[in-house]
Amino acid sequence: MSDQEIIESDLNTVLSSEEIAEIDAELAHVPYKSGAAIDALKIVQAQRGWVSDQSLQAIAKYLEMSAEELEGIATFYNLIYRRPVGDKVILFCDSVSCWLCGCEDIKQKISERLGVDYGETTADNRYTLIPVPCLGACDRAPVMMVGDDLHTHLDKQQIEKLFADSKQSDKGGQ
Amino acid sequence: MIIFVDGQEIEVKQGENVLEACLNAGLDLPYFCWHPAMGSIGSCRQCALVQYQNPEDTRGRIVMGCMTQVTDGARFSLNAQNATEFREAVVESLMLNHPHDCPVCAEGGECHLQDMTVMVGHRDRRYTGKKNTHRNQYLGPLIQHEMNRCITCYRCERYYRDYAGGSDLGAQASRDHVYFGRHQEGVLESEFSGNLVEVCPTGVFTDKPFLKHYSRKWDLQSAPSICSGCGVGCNISPGERYGKLKRVHNRYNHEVNGYFLCDRGRFGSGYINSDQRLDYSGLKGAGLKSADATFAAVHQSQAIETAAGWLQGKKVLGIGSPRASLESNYLLRELVGRSNFSSGFSDAEAAVVRSIINIQKTTVATNPTIKQMESADAILILGEDITNTAPRVALALRQALRNKSFELAEQLGLPEWQDAAVRNLAQDQLSPMVIVSAMDSRLDDVASQLISLSPAAIADFSCAVTASLQGQESDDKRVQQVANMLSAAKRPLIISGSSMLSANIVDSAACLAEALQAHKQAAQEVMLSFCVPEANSMGLGLLVNEDKRPLRLSRLAKKIDTVDAVLILENDLERRLSQSELDLIFSGKTRVISMDLLENNTLARSDLVLPVASYAESQGTLVNAESRAQRHYPVFEPAAERLCSWQWLLQLAAVMEHKKLAGIAHFDQIVEACSKSQPIFADLTAVAPDHSFRDRGLKVPRQTHRYSGRTAINADVSVHEPPQPTDCETPLAYSMEGLNRDQPASLIPYVWSPGWNSNQSLQKFQAEVNGPLKGALKHSGAGQRLIKSTQQGLEYKLKVTHPRMQKGRWQLLPMHRVHGSEELSAYTDEIAELAAQAFVALGETVAEKLGVAEGEMVVVSTADQEISLQVKVLSRVAKNCVGFSVGYDKTKSLRAGDSVALRRDKSWQPPQVIATDRGVASNGC
Repeated sequence: MSDQEIIESDLNTVLSSEEIAEIDAELAHVPYKSGAAIDALKIVQAQRGWVSDQSLQAIAKYLEMSAEELEGIATFYNLIYRRPVGDKVILFCDSVSCWLCGCEDIKQKISERLGVDYGETTADNRYTLIPVPCLGACDRAPVMMVGDDLHTHLDKQQIEKLFADSKQSDKGGQ
Repeated sequence: MIIFVDGQEIEVKQGENVLEACLNAGLDLPYFCWHPAMGSIGSCRQCALVQYQNPEDTRGRIVMGCMTQVTDGARFSLNAQNATEFREAVVESLMLNHPHDCPVCAEGGECHLQDMTVMVGHRDRRYTGKKNTHRNQYLGPLIQHEMNRCITCYRCERYYRDYAGGSDLGAQASRDHVYFGRHQEGVLESEFSGNLVEVCPTGVFTDKPFLKHYSRKWDLQSAPSICSGCGVGCNISPGERYGKLKRVHNRYNHEVNGYFLCDRGRFGSGYINSDQRLDYSGLKGAGLKSADATFAAVHQSQAIETAAGWLQGKKVLGIGSPRASLESNYLLRELVGRSNFSSGFSDAEAAVVRSIINIQKTTVATNPTIKQMESADAILILGEDITNTAPRVALALRQALRNKSFELAEQLGLPEWQDAAVRNLAQDQLSPMVIVSAMDSRLDDVASQLISLSPAAIADFSCAVTASLQGQESDDKRVQQVANMLSAAKRPLIISGSSMLSANIVDSAACLAEALQAHKQAAQEVMLSFCVPEANSMGLGLLVNEDKRPLRLSRLAKKIDTVDAVLILENDLERRLSQSELDLIFSGKTRVISMDLLENNTLARSDLVLPVASYAESQGTLVNAESRAQRHYPVFEPAAERLCSWQWLLQLAAVMEHKKLAGIAHFDQIVEACSKSQPIFADLTAVAPDHSFRDRGLKVPRQTHRYSGRTAINADVSVHEPPQPTDCETPLAYSMEGLNRDQPASLIPYVWSPGWNSNQSLQKFQAEVNGPLKGALKHSGAGQRLIKSTQQGLEYKLKVTHPRMQKGRWQLLPMHRVHGSEELSAYTDEIAELAAQAFVALGETVAEKLGVAEGEMVVVSTADQEISLQVKVLSRVAKNCVGFSVGYDKTKSLRAGDSVALRRDKSWQPPQVIATDRGVASNGC
């Protein structure tokens, strides 16, 4: 292990002071420390992109929970990532309204364009594609979110335009 | 109150749920997630039935039996078509992902899922898709994990976390990805993990040691037995095949262990199959004493003749054993004469057990069963780490702490069995429990207050609380708090024990209980309970309790020169005497005859050794901590030339033509004689039926009706079928003929009922859910309480002396470990693995001062020895105290209360890890 790696793994096993400050703010609103578990996971994920085993253990320790207890919460929610994701996560709705409006073709287009299927990350690590059961925008179906942006009334041209700067690649790592 | 099920009128109890009512009525309503000890959460949807609004309602609606409370006159149907279809559909959906691996699954043949699948009539698979698969985890040497078989009933998580207080097993993910396991692979931390094997309705968690020499349930030969792992006396059902003890299952006794065992009890019997068991009698130097002589194997008859020759007409002393049966100890005492019999307790043990017995004989407080302890609403623990000294009791205490939540639930009219609702209501509110002990205990996580004091200070503290109850003010705020907690409680429990080997703690606990009872008058019951060291400490203690001047072990060592021979019964003296005392006993002039199971140094230094049967190969009576006498029966016949201790002693007596024992040839005759020997043993004959018991003309069968009698296992020796052994000593038979139904509770070898092959068939043996066994009501209960208190109280004269510690010295205190501290179970491979290394336990400041961290080594020096031990760092510890792992080989010679000096072991180097076999172990078997 190089020195660089050791420092990085150390950083992963402890919470940063910014993270602690944000978690403390949440703790003020809950009667039990474990009550802030979901928020703490979101805070750490916002900082680190995903929740590694080490991050999870660090949060559990801070909230005085067992790692198993927190693991149960972290893995229950689709949007807490327990594996590394790309820079942006594509949340693609495959629920009923979007399906009626032809989301399957759009999904195929995205997969072809980026070379990834559900649960996979592009080789350039820019995007991870994940299905979601609804984004609450059925009136504008089909929809998806890329990062924090909602894209509505999707069609193939829009996909082409959206990912124009992403070079077509073979299937990604994850 | 009555309800109607399919037109049938059923008498029900107010407050129970419909599932319980149906099971109590003997109806077969399938279920998965409901567990009698854990209540309902309604997650599996299996116990569906139809409820009708009124007699006119013919359509009804589907309800879940376990979530529906009975109401007078309510109408249900089990057999309505929509109900049966619904239940079948539930099993069909569970079967989508369940593998078809029953033939290679350890649960097969005693699987609740198999039973329920057959019961609902699901047969043909319609789903053609792929099944979900999961990765399994390495969970330690005791539990095998096979997640693919999971039907997500959540019983494991609810048992492990909610019931047993474990934190390292949980549910993960959602939908059809749900996974039950640890955050990372590793040994399950709970001392009660083994119950997962019985709690899981299918084969996700199975008994790992059992898998190494597996047999189907129907091929196991079982007998009702009592765990010899500690003084609690849990009822167990060990199973044998091919002369090996295969596994131990729980045997229900509603007053003692209920549905659960600790891991020592379940997995700690592997020593019975150990290579270190003695097979044949050994005579050192063929009768000629010589220091380095090895043993020559001799025939049984020669061994007995030799021994008789050494004993007959000679001055002989006998040393008994707290892990041998009452009958064996009694026989030995009669053989050598009362004044020549030493209990075999160490002096300190003898004093504390004597105290406990004298208290139980006189106390005005209630001596509770484990079941009663679960009803306590405030608990004070004095000096014990109960999870490690009487594990099953600790599990009961965890349930008692929930009484606070039941109180809250009652205010809302919520029944106790509404588990999720009651837990949600209470959150982390628990009944109060104060632990006063020298150092960390495994119940610390649920205690309302922790007080760390040395043993002498614990006794003082308890006296101060007593004084406070009697009106004396105390400067110590904690004293007042504990006094307030106890006086506010409706059913307070004070629990102490022998682990610190301090009679003062025990007496002070009794004092406190008396004062508390006086304070409360008769209206409220004060419970007082003690943990004792070994399986038959109480039986042995009662045997010598009336002796005016009992022969202490240390005195026996001193007067050894005056006798010709010593007869030692199942006792490794190294655990109780100092090296110099041992040297006296084995000085050479006196012949030493030892009877034992496993090799140890006491045997090695004896002149003649006689191999004895283990608890699973013999019958005997053990008296537990509450003075309940219970009998265990042989599961299989002892191999080679092993005999039960009482058989050796009877044969010896016969050859010696012993007058007092003339006419005693059978076990029941020993029981009879013993019951007449002292008034306290009067009820001994009522503990269990004698050998003449017959159920409808037949003995109770040890084998199942499906037992595969024929086997080719011995075909290399002989192709002829060997005859079954005959058993003329017990009411059980080595046979499949006979009935295993409604017999006395003490004679149920295993549970099985038509359609119910798993341990869930227990409900067919119970008079009602969570109630006593039918057999216990019809015949006598399971076991007999020997001590009935006179309730006159004792006058306690406490003389608490505080040891003066010189600077740089510490008081050494015993730390008990579920795995490792008990003598016999430590010979089991898996237990030895979990026991790990002997240790010395230090507070953080001491560790810092010595410059050591957890896992490093420290040299502990007493007056006459130096031992290097691994360091364990404690989170709390009383002043000037350090702990040591008691009962480990390496710490055998350390004694409680020793004054020791400590220094860092400079010669110690961190071990160089080259490779680990963990990867292999995780995939093994």
